[in-house]
Amino acid sequence: MAKPDKGNKGINRRQFLTTTLKTACSVGMMGIGLGFYTQRANALPPLAIRPPGALPEDNFLGACIRCGLCVRDCPFDILFLGQLGDDIPSGSPYFIARTGPCEMCEDIPCVVACPTNALDHSLTDIEKSRMGLAVLVDQENCIAFQGLRCEVCFNVCPIRGKAISLEMQPNVRSGKHALFIPIVHSDACTGCGLCEKACILEKAAIKVLPLDLAKGELGSHYRFGWEEKQKAGEALVTPDVEHQYNLPAGVRYDLQGEGLILDGKTDSQSPKSPFSTNPLDTLNRKQEGK
Amino acid sequence: MSLTRRDFIKSNAIAAAAATAGVTLSATKTALAGTDKDGVRWDKAACRYCGTGCSVLIGTKDGKVVASQGDPDAPVNKGLNCIKGYFLPKILYGEDRLTKPLLRKKNGKFDKDGKFEEISWDEAFKIMAEKFVAARKNKGPKGIGMFGSGQWTLWEGYAASKLMKAGFRTNSLEPNARHCMASAVGAFMRGFGIDEPMGCYDDLEHADVFVLWGANMAEMHPILWSRLTDTRLTKPGCEVHVLSTFRHRSFELSDNSMIFHPQTDLAILNYIANYIIQTKAYNKDFIDKHVNFTKTPTDIGYGLRDNDPREKKAKNRAKGKLTKISFEEYAKSVAPYTVEHASELSGVPKDKLERLAKAYADPNKKVASYWTMGFNQHTRGVWVNGLCYNVHLLMGKISEPGNSPFSLTGQPSACGTAREVGTFTHRLPADLVVKKEAHCQFAEKVWQLPEGTIPRAKDPKLGKTLIHAVAMHRALKDGKMNCFWVMCNNNMQAAANFNDESYPGWRRAENFVVVSDPYPTVSAQAADLILPTAMWIEKEGAYGNAERRTQFWRQQTKAPGDSKSDVWQLMEFAKYIKVEDVWDEELLAKKPEYKGKTLYDILYANGVVNKFPFDGKITDDRGNEYDNDESAHFGFYVQKGLFEEYRLFNTVGNIPKKGHEMAEFEAYHKARGIRWPVINGKETLWRFREGYDPHVAKGSDVQFYGKKDGRANIITAPYEPAAETPDKEYPLWLCTGRVLEHWHSGSMTRRVPELYRAVPDAVVYMHKKDAKKFKLRNGRMAKISSRRGTITCKVETRGRNHPPEGLIYIPWFDAGRLVNKLTLDATDPLSKETDYKKCAVKITKA
Amino acid sequence: MANMPQDAGTEAIQAKGWVNAHKWLILRRMSQLGILALFLMGPWFGFWIVKGNLASSLTLDFLPLTDPYILLQAMISGVTPETTAFVGAAIVLAFYALVGGRVYCSWVCPVNMITDAAAWLRRKLRIRGSSHASRSTRYWILALTLVLPLLMGGIVWELVNPVSILFRGIVFSMGLAWVLILAIFLFDLLVSRDGWCGHYCPVGAFYSLLSNHAMLRVSATNREACDDCMDCFNVCPEPQVIKPALKGAAKGIGPVIMENQCTNCGRCIDVCAVDVFQFNNRYSNLSKSGIQPAKDYSKHTV
Repeated sequence: MAKPDKGNKGINRRQFLTTTLKTACSVGMMGIGLGFYTQRANALPPLAIRPPGALPEDNFLGACIRCGLCVRDCPFDILFLGQLGDDIPSGSPYFIARTGPCEMCEDIPCVVACPTNALDHSLTDIEKSRMGLAVLVDQENCIAFQGLRCEVCFNVCPIRGKAISLEMQPNVRSGKHALFIPIVHSDACTGCGLCEKACILEKAAIKVLPLDLAKGELGSHYRFGWEEKQKAGEALVTPDVEHQYNLPAGVRYDLQGEGLILDGKTDSQSPKSPFSTNPLDTLNRKQEGK
Repeated sequence: MSLTRRDFIKSNAIAAAAATAGVTLSATKTALAGTDKDGVRWDKAACRYCGTGCSVLIGTKDGKVVASQGDPDAPVNKGLNCIKGYFLPKILYGEDRLTKPLLRKKNGKFDKDGKFEEISWDEAFKIMAEKFVAARKNKGPKGIGMFGSGQWTLWEGYAASKLMKAGFRTNSLEPNARHCMASAVGAFMRGFGIDEPMGCYDDLEHADVFVLWGANMAEMHPILWSRLTDTRLTKPGCEVHVLSTFRHRSFELSDNSMIFHPQTDLAILNYIANYIIQTKAYNKDFIDKHVNFTKTPTDIGYGLRDNDPREKKAKNRAKGKLTKISFEEYAKSVAPYTVEHASELSGVPKDKLERLAKAYADPNKKVASYWTMGFNQHTRGVWVNGLCYNVHLLMGKISEPGNSPFSLTGQPSACGTAREVGTFTHRLPADLVVKKEAHCQFAEKVWQLPEGTIPRAKDPKLGKTLIHAVAMHRALKDGKMNCFWVMCNNNMQAAANFNDESYPGWRRAENFVVVSDPYPTVSAQAADLILPTAMWIEKEGAYGNAERRTQFWRQQTKAPGDSKSDVWQLMEFAKYIKVEDVWDEELLAKKPEYKGKTLYDILYANGVVNKFPFDGKITDDRGNEYDNDESAHFGFYVQKGLFEEYRLFNTVGNIPKKGHEMAEFEAYHKARGIRWPVINGKETLWRFREGYDPHVAKGSDVQFYGKKDGRANIITAPYEPAAETPDKEYPLWLCTGRVLEHWHSGSMTRRVPELYRAVPDAVVYMHKKDAKKFKLRNGRMAKISSRRGTITCKVETRGRNHPPEGLIYIPWFDAGRLVNKLTLDATDPLSKETDYKKCAVKITKA
Repeated sequence: MANMPQDAGTEAIQAKGWVNAHKWLILRRMSQLGILALFLMGPWFGFWIVKGNLASSLTLDFLPLTDPYILLQAMISGVTPETTAFVGAAIVLAFYALVGGRVYCSWVCPVNMITDAAAWLRRKLRIRGSSHASRSTRYWILALTLVLPLLMGGIVWELVNPVSILFRGIVFSMGLAWVLILAIFLFDLLVSRDGWCGHYCPVGAFYSLLSNHAMLRVSATNREACDDCMDCFNVCPEPQVIKPALKGAAKGIGPVIMENQCTNCGRCIDVCAVDVFQFNNRYSNLSKSGIQPAKDYSKHTV
C-alpha cells in the first residue's frame, strides 16, 4: 500500500513508481484486450434484430445501458437480452424473427420504456420503424414462385399490401393457373419479421436482414425514367406531340397504350359483329324493332 | 420428382415419426418399375381438403408416406397445391393420433361422467349395439341418429346410408354438408329438379366476367382462384366483380368491389333481374322455351325452435311450395328493386350495382357466378341461390362454356358423398328422395329388401321420420334422441349455438354419443365413446368434387394402432345388430329368410356387395401392390362391391331418375377423375345443353331434364331481413368463416407445425374505427359476446380481412376459442342450413 | 492473543449469541436478496413491482433509478439520454452520497455474496497466500472503462461487467454468466484475498468516490475496549480502513472510519465480542472535544 503514513516511511520512491507502472501496464494491456474483444463481441449476427427505434448499431451500443426495461415492457415477450456466450453483445436487447417477431404495437411500449434513447423516442408511428428489411432470399424454394397457393407472408404482413404485395402473373408451365409472387417494398417494410416467422418452409425463404445487408444501391449515374416522371408529376422534357396515323376504318392506334386496336375484335372469343360496340344499344334496338 | 439429399432426410424423418406413431409395417410389394431412384413408390390420390379436388401424388417407402407432390397431370391443379395441400402427408402424423377405442368408464363400467379408458373394438361395438338398439326400440327411428360427412369416401357414405335407412330403418342420417351445401341443393332441386352444377371448372377459362357472391375463392378455393386469376390476367376485356359483406383477399383482383349490408344480396339480385327486364335485355327465346316462372311463399321464419317469437310471428313458416306465375307477374315482383332501392338497402353505390347489372345483361359477355357459404349459410339460402339462377336463366347464360352459375363446395366430397350417395335425411342414392314412394321402392328393390323397409317421410307406422342436423342437436338436448354417432366431422365445434344446444345435448345424462375420429377433437372430448379412425389414404377411397368429378385412390399406408376406417366401423358394427333387434315382425314376415341374421348379413353380405373376391392385395398397372385392410378383414373387395351396388341405381331396372350414371369401378383407378354423367365411357362437361349432354333430346338445344317438362324454374323471392340484427346492446354483425391455412375445424391442419406457426389462433378482424370506438388495440385480447356466449380473441385491424364498420369476422378453425358459442342456430327454413354469417355481438376489452 | 482468521467471530458468538454476532450480515443478505426478489416478482409471479435491472429500473411504474456509472459511460460514448435516466441517476447519486457509495457493494451488489462466500471459505480452509496487486488497480480500471467508450463508441465495460452480468443473469437469463462468476469465486478463493471487490472492480471504485462526504459511518466508538483479537481485520473486505480509526487514538485520530473504501457492511460490528464498533454519523468524531476527525486518506492512496 502506498500510504504516506508514518509507519510506511520506509517505502521508497522507486518501489512506488515500479508498482504504479506495473499496474498501469497491466490495466493498459487489459484495455487493449477488452478493445479487441469489444470489436468481436459487438458484431451482431444478421438474424438478431434490434427492437423498433434502435439507433444505428454503433450508436446503439453506446446508448443502451442493458437495463432490460424494453424487454419487460414488451407485451408479447419477444425481446431478449444477449447473454454471455451468445453471439449477441452481452445484455443488449434483440429478437429473432423466426421464433418471435415484433407484433408492432401501436403505442410502442419498448421505446417508451427506454431510459437512454437507445430506442429513439422520436419514433411514435410504429409503421415508420425500420428494424430491418424482409428479403425473399430463396426464390427457388419459395413455393409461391412455383405457383402453389401459399402467400402466407403476404397474409400475415401487418402493413397490408404495402410492405409485401403480390404480383400476379400467368403460370406458363400449367397454362391455366396464375403465380402470386410476393414482392417486398422497402419503403413500407418495418422488418417486424412476422413474414419470416410464418414462412412454412423448413427454413424460411423470406428473412429479415439488417437494412445495410439487404439493400442494393442504384448507381448515381442512372435513374428509372418512369419513377422520375412519377416523382415530378409530369414528363421531365416537353410531352410528346399528338400523332396522326393512316388507318383503315374501324381501326385505331393508341401510341402510349395498346398499340393497334381493331374495334370489335378486342375479345377474340366473341363473334365478329356488324353492331355498335355497346351491345346494349344493339339489343334494345332489336327488341324495339320487333 | 428428384429428391434432394435434404428432402430425402426430411422424408425419412416423417417416416420415423410414423414409426413412433405406431404404424405397423406393411407387407406390400413394390415393383421395381413403379418406384423412383430413391425407392419411393408414387401413386395418385385426391387432396383431403376442399371441394376443388386437386390431385396429388403420394410417395411411400416401406409402407410409410414419405412425401407428396401436386399431380402434374391432374387437369384441375396441374401439379399445384395450396398451402394446406403442401403439407398433406403431415396430417397423418400428428403426435396425438388416437389408436384405441376409448370409453368413459368408472369402476370398470361405462359411466357418462367417467374418464376415457382404452377398450377393445368388441367391447366398443357391444355397448354401442346395446345403446342403439335400446334407443331405437324405446324412442323409435328418431331415437338414434348419425352425423356423417362430405369428407367420407363415397362408399363410406353409401354404407352408412344403407345401415341407417335400410338396417336401423331410420332416416336420422345427416352429413355435415347440411351446414355447408344444403341451400345449394335445395335450389338445384327447386330450380332444376336435379342436384349439382351444370357447368364445370373449364368455365374458369371461358367466362368473360366473373362474379363472386359470398365466396372468398382466393382463400377457400385457392387453386380455382389461381385459374380465375390467370384468365383475368390473360384474357382481354375480362373483369371480376366481387360482392361480400366485408373486404377479403378476393378483392385484390376485383374490378368492381361491392361491400353490401348482410342479407341484402337478396335485394341486389332482384335489382339485376329488374334491370334485365327494364332494359329488355332478357333472352326471350330462351325464356319461352326453357323456363317456368314461379313464386315461393314469403315470411317463412328462421328455422328456430317452435317457441321462438320470430317463429310464432312467421306467417308461412318453413313453407316452400312453388306456384306458377306469368312473366308479367314476375316482372312486377322485381319491379320495386330499382337501383336506388337496392343501393339504399345494400349500401353499395349505384354505379357499381349498374356496372354489375350491365355485365349480366350484356349478351356478348359470358358470365360465371361463383358462390359458397355466403349464399348457402343464409336464412334465405335457397332463395338467394335461386335468385342467382333467375338472372342466368333470364339471360339464357347457363349450361354452356363460360356461362355458368356455379355453387362451389367446401368439402372434398360434399357432392360425391354427402349428396350423390344419399346421406341426407331426405335422400336416397343417386338423387332419389325419401318423399317419393317410387324412389323408396326402387331403393328397396336394389337393396333386396321388403317393401316398406325404408321409413317413409310420413310413415304410416313410424310417423314423421325426417330429421335434419340442427333438429338432431335439439332432439338430443330434449332427450328425444338418445344415441348419436358422429363420423368424419367435428360437429361439436362446427354446430351453431354451442352453449345452449350442442353441448348440453351431447352431455345429457341418458344420451350416448359416439365419435369416430383420428384425433382428439372438441367433439371427441364431448363424446362418450371414441373410435380411432383410419384417415384419407390409410384406406381405399373416392371423392366427388364440385364439378362432378369422381376421383379414386388406393390405400397407401396402414393406419396407426387399432385405428379402423369408417367403412370398416360401419360394416363391422352391423355384425352386432340382429335384424330382429331393429325390424318389426310384420316387416320381417315379408322376408322370413332374414330371421336370425345380422344387419351385416343382409346389407353387405347380400350377394351384391360381396360379389368381388379379394385375393389379399390390390395391384396397379405397374405391378405395385397395395394393402386393402377392409377387404382383407371382410374377405371380399369391399369398396368395389359397395360402388358397384351404388351404380345399380342408374344401370338396372326401371330407373326412376336418370342423369347420375357413373363409370365402372376400375375405370376410376386408371383415370385422373371422371365427370358424371358417364354414358358409354364418355364424361359430361356441361349438362342440359345439346351436344354436351347425351341426356338432352336431339333438337331441343337446352333441356332441364330434372323437371318433367324440361323447364327450369325462375323463382321470385323478396328481400327479407336476417334472423338477428345488431341493436343497441349487441351493436355488431358477426360473420364467421375460414382461412387459407386451416381446413375447417383445424383438427388436421392445426397439427401441422408449420401451419400452426403461420396462423396459430383465430383473431377477430375488425375495422380500425370500431376498435377505437370499443377501446380496443390491435394485437390485444378482446371479449366478444352474443346472447348465447362469450369468447376471447386477439384483435386484428390490419389483417387480410377488412370488415366495414359495424361488422366483425372470426374464423372458426380454432378449437381454443369456439366461435360457435356466439352463433345463432337460425337456419334457412327450407334447406335447414344454419346461417353462420349473421348474428349480433358486442365486443369489449378482455 | 490475536485469533486465527478461521476463528473470526467465534468469540462474538460466545459473547453475544449467533444472531447478534450475525445481525448486520443477516440484514445485508436480506437487503441483497430482497432487491433481487423485487426484480423477480414480475417475471416469476407476474407481480410487477420493479422492472429492469440495476442498470436502470422503474419501480411501481413511477420511480426511475439509473446507475450513474453506466449512464456516465453511455454519455461518454456520445449519447443524450432521456430525462428519466438523469432523474434516476440523480436519485441514486444522492442516496449513495448520503449513506456511503460502497453501501452499493455490501448491501446491493449480488457479486458481494459470491466474494463473501469465497472469503469465508478461504478463512475456513486456511488459505494464506495472496497475490499482491495494488488496491488502487480498480481506479486504473475505472479510468479505462471511462476512456474506452470514447475510443470504441460503446459501453465496453458492460460486455464483461460481472456485477451487471450476474444480476441480469438472475433477473433475465443466465447463459454462460455462471462461468464468469465461478471464475471470480475461484480467484477470490485461491488467488487473491478480497481479489475482485477489493482490488479490481471499477463499479466499487466508482461508488467509493461518492463516499467522501457520506453521513453514515462505522465508528470504533468503544475502541478502548479493543482486545486486539484481530477478528475485525480478518473479516473486513477492506481491512486497511479500520486501523486509523481503531488504533489512532494516540495520534489524535477520531474513532469514525472516514476511509471512502469502507463498505459499511457492519461485519466488524458483528464479529467484535466487546462491541467496539457501531454505526454512527460522520460528525460523531466532533462530539469528543480535542480529538481530530480521522483524516480521509482516499486521496492519498495512489
